Amino acid sequence: MRGLRKIDFEVHYLTRVEGHANIVLSASDRTIKELRLEITEAPRFFEAFMRGTNYKDVAYVVSRVCGICSIGHSNASVKATEAAFGVEVSEQTKLLRKLMMHGENMQSHALHVYFLAFPDFLGAPSVFPLMDSNPEVVKIALKVKRLANDLSDMFAGRTTHPIRNVPGGVTMVPSKDEMYDMKRRLYDAMPDIETTARLLSKVKIPEFERKTEFIALRKEDEYAIYDGRITSSTGKSVDDSDYKALIKEFVVPHSTAKHARASMDSYMVGALARCNLSFGNLSPFARRIADICKFTVPNFNPFMNTVAQLVEIAHSLEDSINIIDCLLDQGVEEPIRVEFDVKAGRGVGVVEVPRGILFHEYEYDAEGRLVYVNLVIPTAQNLENIELDMKELVPKIMDRSEEEIQHLLEMLVRAYDPCISCSAHMVDVKIV
Amino acid sequence: MGRETERRVRVGFFDFASCEGCQLQVLNLENELAEILQHVEIVNFREAMSERMDNYVVAFVEGSITRPSDIPRIKEIREKAEILVALGACAVDGCVNANRNVLDVNDVRKTVYGDKADYFDVFDRVVPVSEVVGVDYEVEGCPIDRDEFLTVLESLLAGKKPHKASYPVCLECQIRENVCMYDLGEVCLGPIIRGGCKARCPSNGFVCNGCRGVIKDSNLDRMREIMHEYGLKWSDISKKLELFNSWSLKEVEVGLLQRG
Repeated sequence: MRGLRKIDFEVHYLTRVEGHANIVLSASDRTIKELRLEITEAPRFFEAFMRGTNYKDVAYVVSRVCGICSIGHSNASVKATEAAFGVEVSEQTKLLRKLMMHGENMQSHALHVYFLAFPDFLGAPSVFPLMDSNPEVVKIALKVKRLANDLSDMFAGRTTHPIRNVPGGVTMVPSKDEMYDMKRRLYDAMPDIETTARLLSKVKIPEFERKTEFIALRKEDEYAIYDGRITSSTGKSVDDSDYKALIKEFVVPHSTAKHARASMDSYMVGALARCNLSFGNLSPFARRIADICKFTVPNFNPFMNTVAQLVEIAHSLEDSINIIDCLLDQGVEEPIRVEFDVKAGRGVGVVEVPRGILFHEYEYDAEGRLVYVNLVIPTAQNLENIELDMKELVPKIMDRSEEEIQHLLEMLVRAYDPCISCSAHMVDVKIV
Repeated sequence: MGRETERRVRVGFFDFASCEGCQLQVLNLENELAEILQHVEIVNFREAMSERMDNYVVAFVEGSITRPSDIPRIKEIREKAEILVALGACAVDGCVNANRNVLDVNDVRKTVYGDKADYFDVFDRVVPVSEVVGVDYEVEGCPIDRDEFLTVLESLLAGKKPHKASYPVCLECQIRENVCMYDLGEVCLGPIIRGGCKARCPSNGFVCNGCRGVIKDSNLDRMREIMHEYGLKWSDISKKLELFNSWSLKEVEVGLLQRG
């Protein structure tokens, strides 16, 4: 029998995540005394300084919440603004916005799968040494990421902090030639995704399961990213404007980002949640990638989020081809943005961004100036789930070396692909 | 390999209050990354790597200084680096982070923190890196332009001071023959904002909101002419400047109104 074992560590400055966080663990034998994910990111006060902003500039400015999911923020924003003013955008606008989001989804997932997660699977501290040791992976990584960035550049005007997306529609559309060329490149990348899937199917992904609740947008006939009903794996669902009836935010002392809860103790959002809720709506190519990776649903292993992300890259790739085909067939119709009247009102915009479901709620005055802002960020919604995962995982791995425990916890946090600078602006209070 | 490592310049990337989008632009240089790594060795980049060393020669710093714990950190980076580059608008002039500077601080805290306003130890004023330590070079923009970053990097590697555009966005916009935003009834900051971005926003059908900072002096005269021509008030311009230029707003106001 082993004697009493004490473990005490703090991982300061968790690496290969977007934003600043620490993991704190203190345990004696199999009892956890302290275990938390501290969010130490500097708050930036968007809710306060966004007030007074003219509706024309709101999406442009609020995208600055996050460098990596700025297109998602832009779309949640224009949707909230359009809901507040009662604006209906064209089907064409929805297609163009979906393409921007597919570009961002692929770009963000590729960054995580190849640059942040693969080094863990291949035992490297970062992607840079892999350039020598695994050049074929890095070559694919760079190609897929470049393609994804070009897709967002093409439809949003810029991959980080989009320009063309405005309330009512878009300011510009790419030419037919650009779209044909993009379509060709998207097809061309499909074998690369298959190669990645075969590689990923061979790496050892930690085995761990914890039953939890999943929340995502859902549609009957489509893998929902731009719109749908807010749906929980417990069976509940609500419309955009009723989001507060489903999810409740609360505050913990050690985090500059709020935590959230729905029907169970915690819930998860993101690629794994979406796959669990809408697997049947994934494109055929995405389901083939899932097959290669032996990924099935329901899946309660958070480490598999990385695999779910690769499945979603495949879906975004194929769905982008279909949407571009549709735009090429129909031809781009004018107007590309609709006119509307500004009025006082409240609106909620909900979209699926790489890390999960994102809510923007705005209130405007009669002059179209913002008077109230509430943003509910995917990573903040995942924080409670991450901590409960850690609490369940640690007793199971307590026999391993401290280094291994630490590494596995880091991998767990990284699997969620947290975007911390995004979530920490919305911090509220410390509970004393 | 050893010899190659030796001749490479060691660089580090660091971040303070920001969206980390500027570091992301560096990771988005997919086609150039391999070549960049022939010339530089990245020894510190928390967003992308776990290994970490403090022997960097060039430090790229993203983000604004917003709280007391930032001060010793930025001073330490300054001490260790031979060259410190402010990377992007947050580091150069506070970007949107500084927007709270023009608001009532107590009101800001109350809005975000409710009755626990004292919890977060943040400065009343957000400041750029240059207000705390010496900055050797600045790369403007929100986010930085990838090509411009490469140009700056090349200059630094060649031991030269990189050039900054001395012309406004407006000039680059005219070269591209874009329809003038003023003729479309919009207020655009292109005439007074530092160029170098190839007029990215106006070329994509949106006004220049000024993320690259104001070039003062003669460009303010041109702005005054435009204001006169289109019947605009200072408040029309200042509302736009408040989006990305809160930090230098007062200075621009003085420059624009005093001469007029």
